[in-house]
Amino acid sequence: MRRLAALLFGAALVAGCGGSTANGSNGGSSTEGSGTLTVFAAASLQKTFTTLGQQFEQQHPGTKVTFSFAGSSDLATQITNGAPADVFASADQKNMTKVTDAKLAAGTPANFATNLLTIVVPPSNPAKITNFSDLAKPGAKVVLCAAQVPCGTASQKVEQLTGTTIKPVSEESSVTDVLTKVTSGEADAGLVYVTDAKGAGSAVQAIDFPESAKAVNTYPAVVLTASKQPQLARQFEDYITGPQGQQVLHDAGFGAP
Amino acid sequence: MMPGSALRKPLPGRTRRAGSTVPVWMFVPAVVGGLFVLLPLVSVLVRVPWSHVGALLTSESSRAALWLSLKTALASTVLCVVFGVPMALVLARSNVRGLRVLRSFVLLPLVLPPVVGGIALLYTFGRQGLLGSTLDVLGLQIAFTTTAVVLAQTFVALPFLVLSLEGTLRATGQRYEAVAATLGARPTTVLWRVTLPLVLPGVLSGAVLSFARALGEFGATLTFAGSLQGVTRTLPLEIYLQREIDPDAAVALSLLLVAAAVVIVVVVRGRAAQGSL
Repeated sequence: MRRLAALLFGAALVAGCGGSTANGSNGGSSTEGSGTLTVFAAASLQKTFTTLGQQFEQQHPGTKVTFSFAGSSDLATQITNGAPADVFASADQKNMTKVTDAKLAAGTPANFATNLLTIVVPPSNPAKITNFSDLAKPGAKVVLCAAQVPCGTASQKVEQLTGTTIKPVSEESSVTDVLTKVTSGEADAGLVYVTDAKGAGSAVQAIDFPESAKAVNTYPAVVLTASKQPQLARQFEDYITGPQGQQVLHDAGFGAP
Repeated sequence: MMPGSALRKPLPGRTRRAGSTVPVWMFVPAVVGGLFVLLPLVSVLVRVPWSHVGALLTSESSRAALWLSLKTALASTVLCVVFGVPMALVLARSNVRGLRVLRSFVLLPLVLPPVVGGIALLYTFGRQGLLGSTLDVLGLQIAFTTTAVVLAQTFVALPFLVLSLEGTLRATGQRYEAVAATLGARPTTVLWRVTLPLVLPGVLSGAVLSFARALGEFGATLTFAGSLQGVTRTLPLEIYLQREIDPDAAVALSLLLVAAAVVIVVVVRGRAAQGSL
C-alpha cells in the first residue's frame, strides 16, 4: 500500500510536469497537414458554424472542419489545459481573455457577431408577459441564466440598468437549459439570446424588449498558437468575418460586430 | 455488532490468503487499472487550494448547497427504505407471475443515463406531464422545488437499495422464516421478528449506497428540478456552476464529495467483509 502511494505520488509529479511543458512548447511545428481544422465554438454557434463549416469545406476541397461545441468557459478551460484546437470562437470577451492571457492566441481576436437577449414564453404565454418589467411579476415562473455564465451576466446587467428585480425559480448554467425549461412548458418565461429563440421556432414566442440593447454580447474568434495549420485556420477566421459568413450569422439572428 | 451477524457462521476458508493463486503477470493490468481509478482522485487532492479551503467551503453558496444536499439525500434515502424494502421483499419472496419482467424495469434507473431519468420525470410530474394536471388540481407544483430534487434522487437511488437488499434476502434463505411460520407466527410477525432483523445489515448497506447515489445526483436534478441556491442547487450542481468562474471553489467542494464517497465505501466494504453484501 505504501509502495503504491509512492508510485502514485511519483506519477502525479510526472503528470504535473507534463502539463506545464505542454503549455510551454506550443507553435513549434508549422507543417501543412492533411487539412483537418478543429474549431472550438460556443454552444450558441452550433447551427451557424455547422453550416459555415460545410460551406468552407466546399470552397477548400480536401479540408475537413470538425467542431467542438460547448459553453465558452468549458472550451477556454480545455484550451488552457492543452486541448488541440486551431480556432476558438467565444460567446463573450471574458473567456477569450482567459485564452489570450495564457498567451495561447496567435494574433488579436476578431469580433464576428453580436447577440441580444430576448424574452421567451410558451406559445400560450400563461403568465401574460409583454415587457421586461413583467418578469418581476409575483407568481410568474421565470428562469434565468446564473450570473456566472455569459447570458446570466447580460441578464443581470439589464436588471440593474432597468431597476427590475427578477426572482427566478431557477438559475441555469447554460442558455440552452433556460430554453428547454420554457419549451417544455415548465417555466412561464426565460431570458435567452435572440438566436436561441429563433432556433426554437414555434415552440416559443419571443418578446423583444428595447432594454436588451444595453447588454450586447460580442463574439470574438481567434487562431490559436497550438494550430498545426495556422494559414488554413486564418482562412476560416476570415471566412466567418467575411461577407458569406456574416450572411449566415445574420440569417440566424446574430447582429453585426 | 448487528443482530444478523451473530447468526451467521464464518465461511470455511475465508481466512486463507487468496494472493498465492493469482498469476504474477495479472498484477500488471491490475495495477494499471488501479492507477486509472486512483490517479484522478490524487489529481483533485493535488489541486485543492489547501490554504483557503476553509473559506471556500464556508461561503454562503457552499453552505447552502451542502445543507440542501444533505437534507435531500437523507429524505430520498428515507423514501428508498420505505418503498425499496417492500419492493425487495416482494421481488425476493413472492412468486407472482411476471415479476421477473417487472424486476428488470424497476432496476432500469440503474443503467439509464440520469439526464434521461430527468426528462422522464419531467414528462411525469412536470406541469405538462402525465400527472401534471392532476397535481395542479391538488395545488401541488413540483417543478423547481426541493421536492423535485428529492424525487430525482429517489428515482436514481431506489434500485441500489432494492438490488442490494434482494441479494441479501436471497443469500439469507427462508429457513428461519419457515420455522417461525410452523411455530404459528403470522406473516407480519415473521417479517418484523425474523426477516427484517436477519437482513438489517443488508438494509443498512443498501441505504448507505442509496444515500451516496442521491448525494451525487446531477443529471436528473439539472433536467427536472432546475438550479437555485438553497432550493434546488445541490452540491454537484454548485460544483458545476462554480467551475465557470472559480475553479478553486469547485475543487474544494469536490473534495467534500470525494471525502463523503471514501467514508461511504469504507462503511459498505466493512459490511461486505462481514458477509452482508
